[in-house]
Amino acid sequence: MKDKQRWLREDYAEAKERFAERDALFETLSGIPVDPIYTADDLTSLDEATDLGYPGAYPYTRGVQPSMYRGKLWTMRMFAGFGTAEQTNERFHRLLEAGQTGLSTAFDLPTLMGYDSDHAFARGEVGKCGVAVSSLADMEVLFDGIDPEAITTSMTINSPANAIWAMYLAMAKKKGADLGKVGGTIQNDILKEFIAQKEFIFPPEPSVKLVVDTFEWGPANVPRWNFISVSGYHIREAGSTAAQELAFTLADGIHYVRKALERGLDIDEFAPRISFFFNVHNDFFEEIAKFRAARRIWARQMREEFGAQQPRSWMLRTHAQTAGVSLTAQQPLVNVARVAIQALAGVLGGTNSLHTDAYDEALALPTEDAATLALRTQQVIAYETGVANTSDPLAGSYYLESLTNEMERQALAYFEQIDALGGVEKAIDAGFFAREIGDASWRQQREIDEGRRWVVGVNAFQQENPEVPIQLVDPEVSRVQEERLQRVRRERDPERAEAALEGLRRAAKEGANTMPAFLECALAYCTLGEQMDVLREVYGVYQEPVLI
Amino acid sequence: MERPIRVLIAKPGLDGHDRGAKVIARALRDAGMEVIYTGLRQTGPMIVNAAIQEDVDAVGLSVLSGAHMHYFREVVEGLAARGAEDVLVFGGGIVPDQDLAALKELGVGAIFTPGANTHDVVEYLRTEVPQRRQAEV
Repeated sequence: MKDKQRWLREDYAEAKERFAERDALFETLSGIPVDPIYTADDLTSLDEATDLGYPGAYPYTRGVQPSMYRGKLWTMRMFAGFGTAEQTNERFHRLLEAGQTGLSTAFDLPTLMGYDSDHAFARGEVGKCGVAVSSLADMEVLFDGIDPEAITTSMTINSPANAIWAMYLAMAKKKGADLGKVGGTIQNDILKEFIAQKEFIFPPEPSVKLVVDTFEWGPANVPRWNFISVSGYHIREAGSTAAQELAFTLADGIHYVRKALERGLDIDEFAPRISFFFNVHNDFFEEIAKFRAARRIWARQMREEFGAQQPRSWMLRTHAQTAGVSLTAQQPLVNVARVAIQALAGVLGGTNSLHTDAYDEALALPTEDAATLALRTQQVIAYETGVANTSDPLAGSYYLESLTNEMERQALAYFEQIDALGGVEKAIDAGFFAREIGDASWRQQREIDEGRRWVVGVNAFQQENPEVPIQLVDPEVSRVQEERLQRVRRERDPERAEAALEGLRRAAKEGANTMPAFLECALAYCTLGEQMDVLREVYGVYQEPVLI
Repeated sequence: MERPIRVLIAKPGLDGHDRGAKVIARALRDAGMEVIYTGLRQTGPMIVNAAIQEDVDAVGLSVLSGAHMHYFREVVEGLAARGAEDVLVFGGGIVPDQDLAALKELGVGAIFTPGANTHDVVEYLRTEVPQRRQAEV
């Protein structure tokens, strides 16, 4: 048989003479050139035993469990939150009734930025892109009727993660739950905030210190909790390529591991509870390759670089979400197709948990019908397509394995660049990530604007937009929140609250672990704003340099 | 020679999603306009001040958080209160159709939603700003 290069040179070149290729971009969404064909010649460096192995075995390229979805399907976890705690609590109950298997909470911007609902900076934003949580009182309403031992909850919270986690745990304790049985995830990944999403409060150094506090406190006190979800999702949404998403996310994870080791923590104590969160974008094979490469790189880093002994420390467990940025306001129903295909890529990539976007999210927060349809999409993939019957079904595909290798190669090259800059925090200071992501997003925009890359309904196949129903946020949300805040401040024990805040200030100043102080603040009904103000005072606030 | 179009691109509020703002700023600059980008976390009054100090022709607000009605109103009314109602206020972000009419009534210009082409934004300013300058004379 001819080798690939000769076939391309002879047979393919001749065929192209007779029948020209389409005028299209033959490269992945991230700009990796794609050959007309892939063969065994592309995989000469691949060692099946050491690079792929079996599912549930090092280096976990094929998945973290031996049985993968035959044993347990991925967790169908839909991100939800808007308006008041009451409104979101109702949506949570609807989602659980519809067959969802875990909860995921979206907070509003004041909460994400550590302001109470009645702060001047919160005006116009309360309950708009998530639910407002200013104290334990809101948390109690939010999870009313939900058993924290039975349902795992993920919370997308970063700068104020310690405080919000403590409020959740305080809520669970007050319900009589055993913290040893309470499971869930806090996102708590501040590095990607500096890199991409920009919801930071304090400078990088104390911010990372707060994260490491959870690494230290979590395993001993809430052993089933994933105290971090190292996130590439937002990096990708900000415009990075798939390879950058992969590289920067794993570099962030490595940075946290180094910081935790510097504190003297045992890697096999904390590493099993590190979880990840990746985007699933449009380029089908590239996305599947990204998930497989992520597991392989992480396993090797943890075992070979950091000397972790426990297999659970080597496993990259991940949540995935379809790409919000790929949704279009034009012909919004077309998003149903995009989401289905992206979700399928996530599943074929072996994700452990998945959120599917609703088709109306380029217009507003999702309506209940749109969110249910997105959940149904996962259920169709799980129960009707047959893809969950066998693990890593695309392994051995010349193209996929070749892309997986390429993803790994590019990620390792980025690790070297970041190390050369002095690590992730230094690279943030140097504007490295902002430049890399800014340039990549600019390139993608140009491709679309110039018509080199087609987007259905946007620069091709345009038509009139049908009207779709929109989710409205209760205009009363600010009032409900303000009233509850006033009641909390009036009815709590003022001395206990004052002492709790003092304890937090002391812990922060002395560099002690802040988690016990946060838990006491939560139980004393200190508000989120009060707690973050204490830390703003001790740590200062971060201003990022303005770069276009 | 006519001076180039001057545009302030602003991110009002707490939201940090700045991809769109930065892409638009770059596209307008590439098209020969003078672009000032405020950076994150601006209040309405801060944006109005910057627009007046920089003597811009247009202010583009990028809002993805759902708080668009609040911020557009603050900026439009703030500019009017300072006698700068001739400054064109336009924007982009996650804005449902239902709110577009209300924004128009406020006096807001075009709103570019996800999927918008940056060439269209450039063309829009090239058409709209000279008309406003002429109306001023």
